[in-house]
Amino acid sequence: MSQSEVKLLEVRDVEKIFSVKVGSFEKKDLHALNKVSFDVFKGKTLSLVGESGCGKTTIGKVILGLYEATNGSVVFQDKDIAKLSPAQRGISQKDIQMIFQDPYSSLNPRKKIKTILEQPLKIHTKMKKKERLATMLSLCDDVGIDHTYLERYPHQFSGGQRQRIAIARAMILKPELILADEPISALDVSIQAQILNLMMDLKDKYKLTTLFITHDISVVKHLSDYVAVMYLGEIVEYASKDELFKNPKHPYTEMLFSTVPDIRTPLATESVLKTGEIQSPIDLPQGCFFANRCPYKVDACEQSHPELVDLGNKHLARCPRIGEF
Amino acid sequence: MALLEVNNLKTHFFTRNGVVKSVDGISFSIEKGEILGIVGESGAGKSITGFSMLGLIDSPGKIVEGEILFDGVDLAQKSEEYLQKIRGNEIAMIFQDPQTSLNPVISIGEQLMEAILYHNKKASKKEAYKASVDILKLVGLPAAEKRMSSYPHQLSGGMKQRIVIAMALLNNPKLLIADEPTTALDVTIQAQILYLMKKLSKDFESSLILITHDIAVVSQLCDKIAVMYAGRIVEYGKKEDIIFNPKHPYTKGLIECLPKLDDNKERLYQIPGIMPSLLGLPKGCYFKDRCEYADGECDVYPPEQEIDGRRIFCHKAK
Repeated sequence: MSQSEVKLLEVRDVEKIFSVKVGSFEKKDLHALNKVSFDVFKGKTLSLVGESGCGKTTIGKVILGLYEATNGSVVFQDKDIAKLSPAQRGISQKDIQMIFQDPYSSLNPRKKIKTILEQPLKIHTKMKKKERLATMLSLCDDVGIDHTYLERYPHQFSGGQRQRIAIARAMILKPELILADEPISALDVSIQAQILNLMMDLKDKYKLTTLFITHDISVVKHLSDYVAVMYLGEIVEYASKDELFKNPKHPYTEMLFSTVPDIRTPLATESVLKTGEIQSPIDLPQGCFFANRCPYKVDACEQSHPELVDLGNKHLARCPRIGEF
Repeated sequence: MALLEVNNLKTHFFTRNGVVKSVDGISFSIEKGEILGIVGESGAGKSITGFSMLGLIDSPGKIVEGEILFDGVDLAQKSEEYLQKIRGNEIAMIFQDPQTSLNPVISIGEQLMEAILYHNKKASKKEAYKASVDILKLVGLPAAEKRMSSYPHQLSGGMKQRIVIAMALLNNPKLLIADEPTTALDVTIQAQILYLMKKLSKDFESSLILITHDIAVVSQLCDKIAVMYAGRIVEYGKKEDIIFNPKHPYTKGLIECLPKLDDNKERLYQIPGIMPSLLGLPKGCYFKDRCEYADGECDVYPPEQEIDGRRIFCHKAK
């Protein structure tokens, strides 16, 4: 680890097991997270990439305290917060803020933008009314919303503008860590570019630490320092952004890259149909979780579950056949 | 003769705040077996265009002008009864959200069979069942027979979208309208669904209108592209021309702002601003406030021009 990298958040072996009904009387365990470990460094962005159902949102909710982890630890500000509810976390809760996916449901429709932005300041700071207004106005400039918008209600804005407001709300207390859960996937492609650029600008200006959760690997490139690829509740590959984009190792990462639509490549061929779907996290297989979709599968893959292997250069991958293909 | 020819279609909504011209004088045509992509941002009128083809415009909306010639018959003039026979039969639609386009309390099999039995009174239940299973196999759904008795909540989003596509194809439609069919899906599943739609439309010789906000998706699937902005088509032509040699500044922007995997540039290109409200459109070209080339000339709405084999509305395009 270089000296400039200070750990802000340390996630170790976090497991989350939900108990779900599978029949009238039977209950089964759903393993949403299987021993997930990663670090988030100060001023850096870590992206979690994976399909629906891979547990990327669940880990976000554990960090935020919306779910209690079944096992494992989440160390933030020298405290293990994995099993604490937001109330038990007390004042440190304000240092983790979230940007949600859908800006249409994450803003209270009955409150003016001014109220939405001012409320956190009223609760967590001793600012006077004038100071609060000044804080809000300067943040409005940063995220590109007009000062007159403060008197309006959420329904008067388009999706992109609402997401700007949601970003302002997350930033107003100057949190240590921002969790952004698919912040652009509900937006038009043209507006996605605006929001991505905005997040990059804010990152530079405020040295933000961000955990960026997304299913689209193409947007990761522009924002991340590190990337963790998740599959069925575990990390299958972890590397710095440049390393991962230059040299993806895991077959699943390869598949994510190959399915991104691009104007210069023709549509994928018949082989794309063989990529199948993510399996249910109930009754997980004994071997590699990805084996049933993997083009490089051999019998050995179904025998034992692979461990995350360090390939050097801070590049980790979970595949028994690494280097063979 | 083209399978579908739309001439100067205008669908307006008469709201309390004024007339919203959601679709304002658009023209395009589709040959048999052709795939047309309609691209644009939210509110550009793409979906309303699709709904207009099927007469699915509710009050206060109305088709106020224009023709929708389907096999030579003007659908804009036809009665609701006539359109009901066409819908799901000769023209079928695939909606954006597979979670809401299936009935949650009826089994998949019953929903599929209903689509056959409604349009073909002579078919027996047995025939309908067999046809339904066949079509589920065709769209690549594993364990098709078992799925017939499943309910929508038991299936994943990708599986549901396959079923919706299967349902649309049941009666061998001549025209398929897909409104953002992959927007609610993961990227990996999106690739599968797109491949499937292209293959099936070729196999069935169906024409396809693909409506989406993602120009990358359109470029992989379509033969022709219409770019819509604020209720009007701004550029319309063959895919190769539009994608590799875009002329309209808006089309250029849409292509430029896509994140690219092999691009080392940190910042993305962005089109500044947002689309104007349809209730407060600027005088002249609707795009001028976001356009880097705009000048005084753009205070008049640009006339239709033909440049390099495409139709375009822009003063500055050469």
